[in-house]
Amino acid sequence: MGRGSRDYAYWSIAIAVVLIFALIPVVWLISVSLKPPEAVTDGRFIPSEVSFDNYKSLFEGGIDDSPFIKPLINSIVIALTTTVIAIVLASFAAYAIARLEFPGKRLILAGALAIAMFPPISTVGPLFDMWRALGLYDTYPGLIIPYLTFSLPLAIYVLVAFFREIPWDLEQAAQVDGATPFQAFTKVIVPLAAPGVFTAAILVFIFAWNDFLFAISLTSSDASRTVPAASPQPRWW
Amino acid sequence: MSSRTRSEHKLAWMLCAPAVLAMLAVTAYPIGYAVVLSLQQIDLRFPDEGGFVGLDNYSAVLTSQLWWEDIFNTVFLMVTSVAIELVLGMAIALVMHRAIFGRGVVRTSVLIPYGIITVVAAFAWQFAFAPDTGFVNHLPLIADDMDWFGGRFSSFAVIIMAEVWKTTPFMALLLLAGLVTIDGGLYEAAKVDGASAWQRFTRITLPLMKPAILVALLFRTLDAFRVFDTIFIMTRGAQDTESVSILGFNQLISRLNLGLGSAVSVLIFLCVFLIAFLFVRGFGTKLDEGRPGG
Repeated sequence: MGRGSRDYAYWSIAIAVVLIFALIPVVWLISVSLKPPEAVTDGRFIPSEVSFDNYKSLFEGGIDDSPFIKPLINSIVIALTTTVIAIVLASFAAYAIARLEFPGKRLILAGALAIAMFPPISTVGPLFDMWRALGLYDTYPGLIIPYLTFSLPLAIYVLVAFFREIPWDLEQAAQVDGATPFQAFTKVIVPLAAPGVFTAAILVFIFAWNDFLFAISLTSSDASRTVPAASPQPRWW
Repeated sequence: MSSRTRSEHKLAWMLCAPAVLAMLAVTAYPIGYAVVLSLQQIDLRFPDEGGFVGLDNYSAVLTSQLWWEDIFNTVFLMVTSVAIELVLGMAIALVMHRAIFGRGVVRTSVLIPYGIITVVAAFAWQFAFAPDTGFVNHLPLIADDMDWFGGRFSSFAVIIMAEVWKTTPFMALLLLAGLVTIDGGLYEAAKVDGASAWQRFTRITLPLMKPAILVALLFRTLDAFRVFDTIFIMTRGAQDTESVSILGFNQLISRLNLGLGSAVSVLIFLCVFLIAFLFVRGFGTKLDEGRPGG
């Protein structure tokens, strides 16, 4: 075997191992979800017969009786609202940090880093008490506010890293060529910044979508309970 | 100071103010409030009793065996899972960076665990290992009636596996960011000088990636110390698998004992602070090099 084809074989194995590692639990989850109730305990990795009954029962009863639809709406609205607000606030801050010189810049970056490491459980107790007093317990803003706090540091760091790489002189060059400041911003800077903003938005969305601790601590009903907190009860319950 | 720089400072602060306020609103004030709560006897089940009790809550926590057991569990899970993640994450980062084909597929599929909700991943692993629903016990070399969630360290094994699966992509991406900054010419030069692949890895890749590795380790270590979702779903602390975050949650939300729970919260905050301090103290200058703001 030549050196080239041996390399090819080694990389194929490496890639296959990574793919199996990443995908097995997902395939397994899909497989369990397609098993009819009586076959759930058959221990087979691939279901012997496929049934969509589990999915049907999730959506049965419309928005009032379905165990899934309202939490799904809550999750989507809360995660999207968090993402939009976080990206707007983080873009302002990241623009200032990347482009302007001002005292306190390092302090803001260090503070953001500190908050990224902050243990959420330490704020759950006070927030539980504060939110009940302020009427924010079991509401959308009651979850959006803590999600903003804990996703902003990551968004700011990602955006600062991207904004530093943007050749801002192009903005002036476009204006010299006759573009208005608004055109220079929308036609030159926005397309350059879009990938960074998109990356930050995905990270913020996943954070809000994934959270479980705040969701079970600060909600009590389907009024604002998100999907992770409303998932079928664990076995020990 | 010219008026131009002064107006620039003003603009910069106006741009940063909303984000700074949003970040402080749910951290600085609540942690201060947690300290106040932790010095009082507040139990929402007995609202009439209460009052200032000084450090009684702290001594109650620190003299309980449960707290120290939970600290052991948390640190054990943290060290084991982060160590495994570092090795796997490095391997995956190398595949993502160096593979001669299929990099796109690898990069996309590695992101899947990152995008799956932690609670959902925990359920998937729990179903896989449970003796009745799972397929794991039907694999060769594993006893058919192995009760994974019946013992402490077999429960830990499943919890660690779920945590590693979920968070290795994050580790791999942080390491990849460090890997791409290494000048490829160095490897060519080392190859010409007859260095083996292993030598190139240990003499070029590892030293140059030190800042990226330390940043990734710091982030993941602190994240792993907060472990909550996976344990909550899999055992909820049964078989002595409780972490400190679960302990805090049980006191605060399940038992509504805000005083004792807040003492646990403040102690967890101090532990995180201590871990971060040790990292920065031990590797301070190198961490700074790996920071985008540096």
